[in-house]
Amino acid sequence: MPQMNMIQALNSAMDIMLARDPNVVVLGEDIGYFGGVFRVTDGLQRKYGEHRVLDTPIAEGAIVGAAIGMGVNGLRPVAEVQFADYIYPACDQIFSELARLRYRSAGEFWAPVTIRTPCGGGIRGGQTHSQSPEGIFTHVCGIKVVMPSNPYDAKGLLIASIEDDDPVVFFEPKRIYNGPFDGEPNKPAVPWSTHPKGEVPEGYYTVPIGKAEVVRAGQQVTIVTYGTMIYVCEAAARSLGLDAEIIDVRTMVPLDVDTICTSVKKTGRCLIAHEATRFSGFGAELSATIQEECFWDLEAPIGRVAGWDTPYPHAFEWEYFPGPRRVADGLKAVMETP
Amino acid sequence: MPRRSRLHIPHAHSRPGEEPDFSYLETSPAGAVARPDVNARVRDISHLSVDLVRVLDDEHRAVGPWHPHLDPPELQIGLRHMLLTRVYDERMQRAQRTGKISFYMRSFGEEAVSVAQCMALRPRDMLFPSYRNQGLYVVRGRPLVDLMCQLLSNTRDMCKGRQLPVMYHWKEGRIFSISGNLTTQFPQAVGWAMAAAIKGEDDIGVSWIGEGSSAEADFHHAMLFASVYQAPVILNVVNNQWAISTFQGFAGGEQRSFAARGPGYGMAGVRVDGNDFLAVYAVTQWAADRARTGAGPTLIEHVTYRGAAHSTSDDPSRYRPKDDYEKWPLGDPVERLKNHLISLGEWSEERHAALVKELEEHVVESWKEAVQYGTLTDGPRLSRDLMWEDVFKEMPEHLRKQREQLRAEQGG
Repeated sequence: MPQMNMIQALNSAMDIMLARDPNVVVLGEDIGYFGGVFRVTDGLQRKYGEHRVLDTPIAEGAIVGAAIGMGVNGLRPVAEVQFADYIYPACDQIFSELARLRYRSAGEFWAPVTIRTPCGGGIRGGQTHSQSPEGIFTHVCGIKVVMPSNPYDAKGLLIASIEDDDPVVFFEPKRIYNGPFDGEPNKPAVPWSTHPKGEVPEGYYTVPIGKAEVVRAGQQVTIVTYGTMIYVCEAAARSLGLDAEIIDVRTMVPLDVDTICTSVKKTGRCLIAHEATRFSGFGAELSATIQEECFWDLEAPIGRVAGWDTPYPHAFEWEYFPGPRRVADGLKAVMETP
Repeated sequence: MPRRSRLHIPHAHSRPGEEPDFSYLETSPAGAVARPDVNARVRDISHLSVDLVRVLDDEHRAVGPWHPHLDPPELQIGLRHMLLTRVYDERMQRAQRTGKISFYMRSFGEEAVSVAQCMALRPRDMLFPSYRNQGLYVVRGRPLVDLMCQLLSNTRDMCKGRQLPVMYHWKEGRIFSISGNLTTQFPQAVGWAMAAAIKGEDDIGVSWIGEGSSAEADFHHAMLFASVYQAPVILNVVNNQWAISTFQGFAGGEQRSFAARGPGYGMAGVRVDGNDFLAVYAVTQWAADRARTGAGPTLIEHVTYRGAAHSTSDDPSRYRPKDDYEKWPLGDPVERLKNHLISLGEWSEERHAALVKELEEHVVESWKEAVQYGTLTDGPRLSRDLMWEDVFKEMPEHLRKQREQLRAEQGG
């Protein structure tokens, strides 16, 4: 089985879909000739031409607005927003148009647009290159929200997103593009070739949208998380010698409540972890849902570990980032409650 | 005295109680503006964005190089479409006043924009309208009953009860869903047109916004993408002078025409008398040929006047003179085409009165049928279960649960 990092896996997904479906187009800033600032679209324009892999002006609202029109006219656009921090100018087109077009036109018009965007911190990106705004998008009716945590899922989920007839906002945790990251910035980087999920088939396959995955089975506590935090949580649980069951949410909308709650009912304890700010973050929805579904099985209050409710500070990256220490503290609180 | 900077606040030229003042309006005599080749370079035709293309003169004759030479039967059809739009609007306004529908927006005074443009386009061209383009539906032949059912949110509402009145859509007729958020359709139309070019099809995209809405970022997004990719699209700014209470100077029309933004972005800009059916037709035909033959997009500014209130929730007597529209220098589009046909010997006051009567009867009959399918307050209602559909293509579990919850809440 070939080894791929997340960048190669995502590239392979678009390559395959451009080849399989003549209606797939890819568009975004710097994505064509140059191949993208993170190289995710490298080589695609050379292979498929300027009419299918389009460089665009720096106008995220226009990229999404045009992608909607293309989708209405039978294309299947994959739009890149260079950083999730830059997605806000496109939000009216995403929230008011893309998300609701099928609904408001009673199913007559719809646009199968996938919006890819790198998110998250840990790369010394400061407050404009580190945000995790996924929760904002989960609050909008009519869009699916996906975030893979490894190369295998990244490829399979991106293919599934492109093929999906509903709009998908696809978040790529850029800190783990090249390898899993356990939250310790001073340790040597680990490549994906050392990880089983770095084995990625060359050809077509999908990972279904709407399915969470139990990435580590365990008995003592359930950790519900996604993206980069999967690896931070694994390290934190390991450091405490806890037999944790770790669930990769993978799709925030629609949410796989069954997988999550089956686990919590089994372990009786739950910690939720994400990089995004805590207040009104997606963890709040997870916590409320788990409480409603699993209250009588819970042996302790559900814990939440998140980014602080401040903008992402450049000089205090590792004070800000919810690293293994903060997760371990969260786990201890969840475990120590009688 | 040292010179100081100065904050300029645009002011409407006349307000309630004052004499209407249209001295700000720059016009050109009918027939005076040259008609360049459809493939002309943008830099060579910038006059089109400053002058005013007009065909009908004060004696009701069609003159000059933009005269589209339509046959009288076509002109009569155009008149009929404009009149039907007007009669429909008047009747639906009254329906709102009697509480049968919640909201309405008339296109009174602007009928030529939708009707002449739609007649100059091909049936496969894709239209991305604003909320004041009902003439498009009339020209493309959607039965009025269908439009009325949408207004009523009744059992035959094309929107299944999800949209405010007038936010129609019609996939088969190639008319895009109206949003209600301003200008969002502009970049979408450009994207649609880009896709047509990518696929090698010669259909074009056409979109409309008001001059007030041109202040939105989406206007600039659309102009930029249309120009950069030379998309086969016509972008229309319907300058009806008023955005609710805000006159066109506040959208930037005071210093330079809206059409002039076309050349600013490197695309053709044409300023046309929007109440001159023949001029609107000719300009649209020119822009459509230009788009279809790969010569690029066009921004058309239609200089017209919003003769009615913004909507049934608006009272224009609070911000503009009552007789403003009567004094509008470019007249009324229906009257002007009617007088032109009469001057050709192809129409008469008697035929006109008979046509109005026929259309009124048609609208009344359509209304009688539409209300049989229910109104917002009486008669059969749509199934409440419809509110859960089309959020996604397949209904996810959390919506199924909420649907069950509502069923239980309402007793099965």
